[in-house]
Amino acid sequence: MTAIVSVRNLHKRFGSFTALDGIDLEVAEGEVLCIIGPSGSGKSTLIRCINLLESIDAPGEVVVDGIIVRRGKDLASVRAEVGMVFQSFNLFPHMTVRENIKLAPMRVRKVTDQVADDKSLQLMERVGIESQADKYPDQLSGGEQQRVAIARALAMEPKVMLFDEPTSSLDPEMVGEVLDVMKKLAHSGVTMIVVTHEMGFASQVADRVVFMDAGQIVETGTPQGLFESPQEKRTRDFLNAVLAH
Amino acid sequence: MGFVETFFNWDVIVSSFPLLLSGLRVTLFLGAVSIISGLVLGLFVALVRLYANRPFSIAAKIYIDVFRSIPLLVLLIVVYYALPFVGLRLSPFMSAALALTLVSCAYTAEIFRAGIEAIPRGQFEASQALGLSYRHMMVDVILPQAIRIVIPPLTNNCINVVKDTALASVVAMPDLLKQATQAQALEANPTPLIVAALMYIALLWPLVMLVGRLEKKHRGETHR
Repeated sequence: MTAIVSVRNLHKRFGSFTALDGIDLEVAEGEVLCIIGPSGSGKSTLIRCINLLESIDAPGEVVVDGIIVRRGKDLASVRAEVGMVFQSFNLFPHMTVRENIKLAPMRVRKVTDQVADDKSLQLMERVGIESQADKYPDQLSGGEQQRVAIARALAMEPKVMLFDEPTSSLDPEMVGEVLDVMKKLAHSGVTMIVVTHEMGFASQVADRVVFMDAGQIVETGTPQGLFESPQEKRTRDFLNAVLAH
Repeated sequence: MGFVETFFNWDVIVSSFPLLLSGLRVTLFLGAVSIISGLVLGLFVALVRLYANRPFSIAAKIYIDVFRSIPLLVLLIVVYYALPFVGLRLSPFMSAALALTLVSCAYTAEIFRAGIEAIPRGQFEASQALGLSYRHMMVDVILPQAIRIVIPPLTNNCINVVKDTALASVVAMPDLLKQATQAQALEANPTPLIVAALMYIALLWPLVMLVGRLEKKHRGETHR
C-alpha cells in the first residue's frame, strides 16, 4: 500500500484560533476516505491544505505523490495532480460546460483542442451532462453544475480528488445525483478524500472514515467500525446528534 | 446683430470649419493616445497594486491616490512649464498626452482593481486547484469576467479623458477648443465656439448613451 497523500504534523492557526492541531494522515492509492465532524472542526481546512489553498504552518508538511506541496514553481504542477470539487461549484460563468472542462487540460497539459474535446465529451457522458455541453453554468441546476465541476476536475486526470462538502449547498432533491456520480467514481478506483455531512454516503462508499473535532483527528476506522461501535465519547456524541433525526 | 448671426453665423461656420476640423483631429488623436496608454498602463498598475510585493504595491497605491487627487490642469502646467527647469522639455502634444495618460492610468487602475476584487474568491481557488499558472488564471478566467464589470466605468473614464483634452489648449495644443478660440478671435464672432461645443457633444453623446445601455444590460444579466 503506497500513500498518495501524506499529511504530517499539520498545524494551522487563523490568528488566535487553532483550526488544525497536529494532523497526521496517510491516504493510499485508490482509497476513498471520508472526513466527518461538526462544523468548525477543521475538516475543510484540512483538505484545503492538501493543495495549499490554505497555507501550512511550519513545521507541518503535505506530500502528494512523493512531492512536498509548497509555494514555488512546482506548486501549479502538484495542484494539477490534485482535483478539487468545492461546495459552491466555482464553475467559470463566462464559459460553457464544454469550455469549463477543456480549459485546464489545454492550458496546463497542453493537449490539442481535438484531444481536449474528445476527453470533455467522454467526461460529460460519465457524469451524465452531455446534453448540456454548450450551456452556461447559470443555465444549469445546482446538481448539474456540481457534476460539471466534477468532470472539470477529472479532466486533469488527477491522482487524487478532493471533495469539500460537495452536496452542502444543493437542494435536497439534487443531492442524490451528485452522490451517485461520486459513488461511480469511487468504484472505478479514483482516490478520493471527501469532507461530507452525508453519513449514508460515508458508510456505503468510504474505505475509511475519519472523525475530526477541534482541529484534531479523534478517531479513524472503517465505516462499520466507526459508525457502529465508535470508541471515543466525542465521536459517539456527534453521531448521536446527527443520526438522531 | 441678431441672435442667429451672432451664435450661428453661417459664413463664420464655413470659413472656420477647416480649422475646427483640424482641431477635432488633434483632440481625437490626443484622446486616443491617452486612453489607450492609460488602459494598458492602468491594468498593469492595478495588477502591481493587487499582487506585487509590498513595496511595489504601496508605490502603486501612492501613485493611484496622488494622480487621482491632482487637478489635471495643475499637472498639465507642471509638466509643460516646470519640467523644462529640470531639463525636460516636452512638446505641447507630449505634455498633454503625458498628463492625460498619468491621470487616466490612475483612474483606470482603480477601476480594474475594483473589477478584479469583485470576482469571487472561488474563481481564483478553482483556477489554482486546476493547476493553471497565474498568467492563465488572469487571462482566461479572471480578466474576462472583470472586464465585463469594468466596461461601463472605463467608458465613463474615456469620456472624461476626451473632455479633458480641452485643457490642453492652455499649453498651446492646437486642439478643438484652442482652434475654436482662435477662430473666434479671428472672426470676432463666438460661432466657432458653439460649433466646437456641438462637435464635443456629437463625439461624446453616443458614448454616454453606451454607458447607460451597458449598465442596464449588466444589471439584467450578471454573467454574460
